[in-house]
Amino acid sequence: MIRLDSVSRVFQVGDQEVPALDSVNLAVGRGEYVSIMGPSGSGKSTLLNIIGLLDRPSSGRYFLEDRDITALTDEEEAETRRNRIGFVFQFFHLVPRMTAAQNVELPMMLGGVPPKIRAERVAAALDAMGLSDRADHRPGQLSGGQRQRVAIARATIMQPAVLLADEPTGNLDRASGAEVVHVIERLVDRGITLVVVTHDPELGGRARRRIRMVDGRVVEDSASNTASYSPTGP
Amino acid sequence: MMRITDIFRFVRNAAGGYRVRTALMLLAMAIGVASVVILTSLGEGARVYVNNEFASLGTNLLIVLPGRNETSGGPPMMVTGTSRDITTGDAMALLRHSSVRRVAPLTVGVAPVSWGGRTRECTIGGSTPDMLSIRNWKLAQGGFPAPDDPDRASPVAVIGAKIRRELFGSHSAVGEWLKIGDRRFRVTGILASEGRSMGFDVEELVLVPVASAQALFNTPSLFRVMVEAKSRDVIERARADVVSTFKLRHQGEEDVTVITQDAVLATFDKILRALTFTVGGIAAISLGVAGILIMNVMLVAVSQRTSEIGLLKALGASRRRILALFLTEAAMLSCVGGLLGLMLGYAGNQAVIWLYPAFPVTAPWWAVAAALGIALSAGLIFGAMPAWRAAKLDPVMALARR
Ligand SMILES: Nc1ncnc2c1ncn2[C@@H]1O[C@H](COP(=O)(O)OP(=O)(O)O)[C@@H](O)[C@H]1O
Ligand SMILES: [Mg+2]
Repeated sequence: MIRLDSVSRVFQVGDQEVPALDSVNLAVGRGEYVSIMGPSGSGKSTLLNIIGLLDRPSSGRYFLEDRDITALTDEEEAETRRNRIGFVFQFFHLVPRMTAAQNVELPMMLGGVPPKIRAERVAAALDAMGLSDRADHRPGQLSGGQRQRVAIARATIMQPAVLLADEPTGNLDRASGAEVVHVIERLVDRGITLVVVTHDPELGGRARRRIRMVDGRVVEDSASNTASYSPTGP
Repeated sequence: MMRITDIFRFVRNAAGGYRVRTALMLLAMAIGVASVVILTSLGEGARVYVNNEFASLGTNLLIVLPGRNETSGGPPMMVTGTSRDITTGDAMALLRHSSVRRVAPLTVGVAPVSWGGRTRECTIGGSTPDMLSIRNWKLAQGGFPAPDDPDRASPVAVIGAKIRRELFGSHSAVGEWLKIGDRRFRVTGILASEGRSMGFDVEELVLVPVASAQALFNTPSLFRVMVEAKSRDVIERARADVVSTFKLRHQGEEDVTVITQDAVLATFDKILRALTFTVGGIAAISLGVAGILIMNVMLVAVSQRTSEIGLLKALGASRRRILALFLTEAAMLSCVGGLLGLMLGYAGNQAVIWLYPAFPVTAPWWAVAAALGIALSAGLIFGAMPAWRAAKLDPVMALARR
């Protein structure tokens, strides 16, 4: 599903080079539930952005579903993001002037899905998130937990293969965080590949495969020292 | 591929999300387009106005004046003093040409006109009845029974409506005897007021037979000769005939100037068209200014919506898609602004028409088309840079800013 071959990412700040990722090798199979933890600045977000095609490696190779990503055109890359990848952010990133339904509809609108199909799928997705009665509310009228659930509905509306979440509970209280975790894990049960970056040891610990990063390197990977690991889960 | 209707819906939603910014852009565009429409309408109105004035001179008209119009050497437009006078005989000799339909000699002077103790200074024109036909002057009352022979004087006069009012008041004028200078004339007709035309205000004119006017002002010469050509096609031939006749009668001297209405009209037309283009061009500069404002406002929009652009990229919008969305926004705003400007411009024209009903104000189609075209291209040209900036945004950086 996801394969990184000695991927490095170096940021240029002034005339100084800041290494964010240092020769990362990683393979994630279809349907895996992976958490990435580690201190702040260890390169977790950078790794997730590269996996989500929002950023490109400075060196190394990245294969998504056996395609070499570095060879894609901008148009193909955008299409891959739209159809194969879902993103959930710490700060939700809902468009404030659009209703919940319109926000969820956005990827389908960009993909040119016919309006009738869109309406049905938006209604179903909001229903699955328990937000049917909030369809016409704007983000400003929703609680944090509700906003993140709208964002998850939007991230999954195109039925992507991979869901990437960067600190999805980082901006939520315990109760809403738990709700969001519950919603995400239900998606894993239905076969989505999930990579979640988190500071929260409780959330990180729930993942079947746990990765630890320090200074741009993977220092611990539960898959490599657990004999009972299987790509499709227990 | 995103659907066209969705693009418009998205753009409308975005524009509606930032009311002040949108209103500002619309206003700038509207003012630019409206000023183009109004200014070119005024210029075009002036052109039509002058055209109408000339048309009221009469059709296929040639005017003969004494003296040669020097176009080379000496002070420009100077009429040489050594020319001979034009006489009634000269004028009537023109009638034998097949290119000429009518001829009217004209003598002009100013003299006191009095009746019943009231006196006022008036412009006195001496001519023949053909003058009325050539210059499209109508009589409101009575007639002008001047003798067929222009060399015979006769004490008859046709007076303008204002003179009739001022001298006679509520009294009936036709049939009355009045005094012009020290001679007595009988009023035989009243000129209709609507025939106001270049050079003369017919409301304040007194028309007498040409020989009577010559006697009155003690001169054998004419001020002008009005010549009507048979048709538009023979105007040039008529001009040549006029010149050759005078040359023959003035011992080979070409000492008259012939002005054709067409030539004068064409000159005015050219000048006024140039004027219209000029004011239109100046107004178009305000459209350019509107374009720069659009660029500024769009740049602000891009930085305001940075995280939204990052999000759109994360959701699968390509660079081209973002570029198209922002360009569409700029184009749509300038189109709507342009249409508002058209409405504003037409409203302005209506106001001018209401204030000056006699002035023919119409927006020329080419100006309307150019204004809208410039508005749209200004939107696209000045929207391109901000749109390109949006398309190039790094999604990670864009999303990092909340
Ligand atoms: N756009 C950038 N420009 C320069 N340095 C960056 C940029 N993004 C991240 N970094 C640096 O890369 C390192 C990893 O950052 P990040 O992936 O955000 O860490 P984490 O998500 O684990 O906190 C940090 O040292 C950070 O300062
Ligand atoms: Mg981070």
